[in-house]
Amino acid sequence: MAIIRSMLGSRTQLRRDFLGYMFIAPWLVGFILFTAGPMVGLVYLAFTRYPVLSPPTFNGLDNLDRMLGDRFFTISLWNTAYFTFLGVPAQVVWALMLALLLNMRVHGVNVFRTLYYLPTIIPGVASVFLWMYIFNPDYGLANYILSLFGVPGQAWLWDPELSKPSLIIMELWRVGTMMVVFLAGLQGVPQSLYDAAAIDGAGRFAQFRHVTVPLITPLIFFNLVVGIISSFQIFTAAYIATQGGPVHTTLFYVLFVYRHAFENLRMGYASLLAWVLFFIILVFTIVQFRMARIWVFYEVE
Amino acid sequence: MGVLRSGMRPLSSLILSNIVRYALLIIGGVICFVPLGWMLSTSLKMPGTEFIFPPNLIPRPVVWSNYIDAVTRPGHPFFLYTRNSVVITFLATLGTVLTSSFVAFGFARIRFRGRDFWFIVLLSTLMLPDVVRLIPSFILFKLLGWIDTLLPLIVPFWFGVNAFYVFLIRQYFRTIPLELDEAALMDGAAYVRIYWQVILPISGPVLGAVTIFSVLSHWNDFLGPLIYTNSVDLRTLALGLRFFMSRTGTDWNQLMAASILMLAPILVLFFSMQRYFIRGIHMTGFGGR
Repeated sequence: MAIIRSMLGSRTQLRRDFLGYMFIAPWLVGFILFTAGPMVGLVYLAFTRYPVLSPPTFNGLDNLDRMLGDRFFTISLWNTAYFTFLGVPAQVVWALMLALLLNMRVHGVNVFRTLYYLPTIIPGVASVFLWMYIFNPDYGLANYILSLFGVPGQAWLWDPELSKPSLIIMELWRVGTMMVVFLAGLQGVPQSLYDAAAIDGAGRFAQFRHVTVPLITPLIFFNLVVGIISSFQIFTAAYIATQGGPVHTTLFYVLFVYRHAFENLRMGYASLLAWVLFFIILVFTIVQFRMARIWVFYEVE
Repeated sequence: MGVLRSGMRPLSSLILSNIVRYALLIIGGVICFVPLGWMLSTSLKMPGTEFIFPPNLIPRPVVWSNYIDAVTRPGHPFFLYTRNSVVITFLATLGTVLTSSFVAFGFARIRFRGRDFWFIVLLSTLMLPDVVRLIPSFILFKLLGWIDTLLPLIVPFWFGVNAFYVFLIRQYFRTIPLELDEAALMDGAAYVRIYWQVILPISGPVLGAVTIFSVLSHWNDFLGPLIYTNSVDLRTLALGLRFFMSRTGTDWNQLMAASILMLAPILVLFFSMQRYFIRGIHMTGFGGR
């Protein structure tokens, strides 16, 4: 009896295994075809010379050698780091400010929620063109607004000093996703905590500092991690608006990789560069998770 | 509780604090809206008047001809671009919704061996930067002879490649009681029926959210079409916009008009499905990129 039952049990399990793999099969096949397979290929390609038109030939560490001596590798890393480490914290702060506004209890706040989110659904390409026009040195809206305050006009995207800050401003306009994440978190903070803090004599700012901020640290953390990963990959704005210029100040990493892969047809070198970006992102994500233990507050532990 | 608190304060300070609140909301609203308003205003300006400085914020006179000029530009078949964008967005989203939910069903509701392992593998692909996938995928599609076709922009999405969506739907499926599918010993076909006839019909909110995220990402995608297509006939709207710019100058009026036309269907979708969208984000505590 016992033997039969255990056999039956294992048959049920076998059936479950079969069904499980049947359901996840589309993803599993896609994962092997479009993710795992290509990634293994990418490792190999990183050690080859591959001008696309002819097959790859193994060239050992030549690509690595080339990368370490490549001035533009360093420049693109610096540009990307500048854009990310100034841009993402600014985005997080701005998104939190907007979410705090939208969390106020007033009539018609839903209209503002939609309005604040609207820029985020604008196609990236359209947004880039719009901002190119706004930043136009001769007839753009940005210089007009400056002129109202008596500030002389700037060259914005076309000024080596201002090109990256201009792109940061552009991205700030589209923080809707971060903002909605914060808003969801703010709405989850129980009113009783604010009431308790108010009874203890905490003012508005003290309440924000000691009640709100600690409770939403997991969301600040989430937005930072996701923001940094996507900011490392900025491409469209630089590709369309500045083409990496002026004087390489917006040559960001993915644009640099793109040019080698699809314009100079150096797929082998580009593969190595892609791997390097992957490791940079991986390291930053791990470091952030380590640091999170110090400053991120989880209610349930 | 909030009412109680404000009820204890004098009326005058209540009114004052409400004025401050609205003032702050409106300032934020202006910052968000001005660039959009500028886009709309430019698209309605008489060609030539967009170069005037200081600029007119309100177009005088209002002309609609930019919209007509934008869609009838010689050598740039706007309607063909639109059709390509619609085909890609529709087929890729259909594939995404069907396969992500199918896969999510497996992860959420069947206890098979290796499930946790594969789920962790799935989640770890979320961290992978697109650029890492880009080069080898390009080579793969080149080997398959798919370069300069729309296939690379559609087919991968029939294989549940977006882990975020699978994750989102799985979270939702797990909230549905298991009794339905554990009741009897069933064969595969019965399970597929449960997925199709029981689970999918009651998963409107999460499927709606995934649909919106997916439509937005395919409609707005720039890098994919840029890399995988060359022919004018295969250009999407996102790619086509670029050709309003040239070395000799940019037709800002037409470019802005075309941008508004590209934005319009997205706006309609956003407003009609806003409910799902907000709920979708609340469901997981975060949104898509």
